[in-house]
Amino acid sequence: MSVDAETVRRVAHLARIAIAEEEVENLRGELNAILAFVEQLSEVKVEGVEPMTSVTPMAMKMREDEVTEGGDPDAIIANAPAHAHHFFLVPKVVE
Amino acid sequence: MTDLTSLTLAQARDALRTKEFSAAELTEAHLGAMAKARALNAFVLETPERALQMAKASDARLAKGDAGPLEGLPLGIKDLFCTAGVRTTACSHILDNFVPPYESTVTANLWRDGAVLLGKLNNDEFAMGSSNETSYFGPVISPWRRHGSNAKLVPGGSSGGAAAAVAANLCLGATGTDTGGSIRQPAAFCGVVGLKPTYGRCSRWGIVAFASSLDQAGPFARTVRDCAILLRSMASPDAKDTTCIDLPVPDYEKAIGASVKGMRIGIPKEYRMPGMAAEIEALWQRGAQWLKEAGAEPIDISLPMTKYALPAYYIVAPAEASSNLARYDGVRYGLRVGGRDVVAMYENTRAAGFGKEVRRRIMIGTYVLSAGYYDAYYLRAQKVRTLIKRDFEECFAKGINAILTPATPSAAFALGEKGGADPIEMYLNDVFTVTVNMAGLPGIAVPAGLDAQGLPLGLQLIGRPFEEETLFALGHIIEQAAGQFRPRPWWN
Repeated sequence: MSVDAETVRRVAHLARIAIAEEEVENLRGELNAILAFVEQLSEVKVEGVEPMTSVTPMAMKMREDEVTEGGDPDAIIANAPAHAHHFFLVPKVVE
Repeated sequence: MTDLTSLTLAQARDALRTKEFSAAELTEAHLGAMAKARALNAFVLETPERALQMAKASDARLAKGDAGPLEGLPLGIKDLFCTAGVRTTACSHILDNFVPPYESTVTANLWRDGAVLLGKLNNDEFAMGSSNETSYFGPVISPWRRHGSNAKLVPGGSSGGAAAAVAANLCLGATGTDTGGSIRQPAAFCGVVGLKPTYGRCSRWGIVAFASSLDQAGPFARTVRDCAILLRSMASPDAKDTTCIDLPVPDYEKAIGASVKGMRIGIPKEYRMPGMAAEIEALWQRGAQWLKEAGAEPIDISLPMTKYALPAYYIVAPAEASSNLARYDGVRYGLRVGGRDVVAMYENTRAAGFGKEVRRRIMIGTYVLSAGYYDAYYLRAQKVRTLIKRDFEECFAKGINAILTPATPSAAFALGEKGGADPIEMYLNDVFTVTVNMAGLPGIAVPAGLDAQGLPLGLQLIGRPFEEETLFALGHIIEQAAGQFRPRPWWN
């Protein structure tokens, strides 16, 4: 499988990364080189093989559903690029 | 007084207890060495005031006789570990003003045991790279040079700053992370010891995530013993990481000098790559011979899925990365670049904040997870991963205790030499290390010799899950036989 310019633009948008038109061709080449490399996997017989979900067999840890920390809004917003009254500020989303 | 920076971590620990020098003197010596070695670009942030404060607190505890296992020992920390109040960036522009309000579990364990923070170490951006050239803070320069050459070499990556700093005597040990070889490959390139523990041995809490099913923290040091000492402190059960195992942490140092008599050492024929340098092949055979002389038994084995590990990795790791890195959106922390609406703000922020290699991997990951391609790529790669792990399990079931391989297919290369035109060229560096992450196993890289140009070469030992002690015992045999390798300090 290989990707065309339109797919590069679509994937960039899905990934929320702005790309300039002059970058498309270069990215297309790089992505296709990687996809060609991983293509070898198609020769492996995987019928009946379980996909790996956990590399170390272990049961999921359970705990009581209770608040263990919190109540520190100053720490939460300390690194925010824009904030007001303990809220994160974003560009207007709803008209 | 001897040069305090050339001591091993174990020697410094013992000397602090007998009061041969103070923790403050030891830290000052390292801060001095760091200041003279800025040409290496190993540290992206030096924390001298905090270091001296921590060292003085250690001296007070040493005087009272309640020293921790790492009391007063100065360490460097890869910039992927969140350190409370100390800037943590993953060496990415998107996080270059981030100051975590919390501490990673691994580093918290180190400070609990008395260690001293010298500063944050350079790495490839978000740990994506094998040469430390993708760092937003610029590349690390290896302390090693080829005979008769001033060409700048890469230290390997992604934990390039850690490997270089340990090799150049800027710290007694360091932390790294390893997703596909990011501890073992730079350790081999810089002639130091690096261990990737079993997946789940160290908590991932507070470490900037790259590929969560592969990431694992581990130590760098100049000796196998020093790595064993560091791992004992780094590893712990942790309720904050559900993939972190609830197993007691052994006293790994006790494995140093333990007998390896009768251990069966697998020599996998698939690691004999076409075009591999003859000196790597010779080094590998020498390693097997050393282990044999110590009473172990080298046995030819087969790991038939080996060649598929790297391609499967380049589906699984980017897929997980694209998901993990979705959090960098310019809202809660890090860089923000404005746009006409919120989506444009996301897109502009991520375009400006991520470097080329990170953007490329996020896009590959997004593609392989996108509708219509998931089964063909991601699901197939996860099935191949099951088969890779099965290869190892079958060998271990037949009584193999550990597996010996070369650590890397070549010695260190020059800055700018690889991956410029074709990203795959750089990815191939990890061909011997990536299988271990895919199977969740522990692996250690131990320096084993120098090539014809005078550059270090390493051997890798791969162990059974949670049997790091076997790796320390065997690694120590190789270290004793091979000796140690130090670069000539041209940067002073």
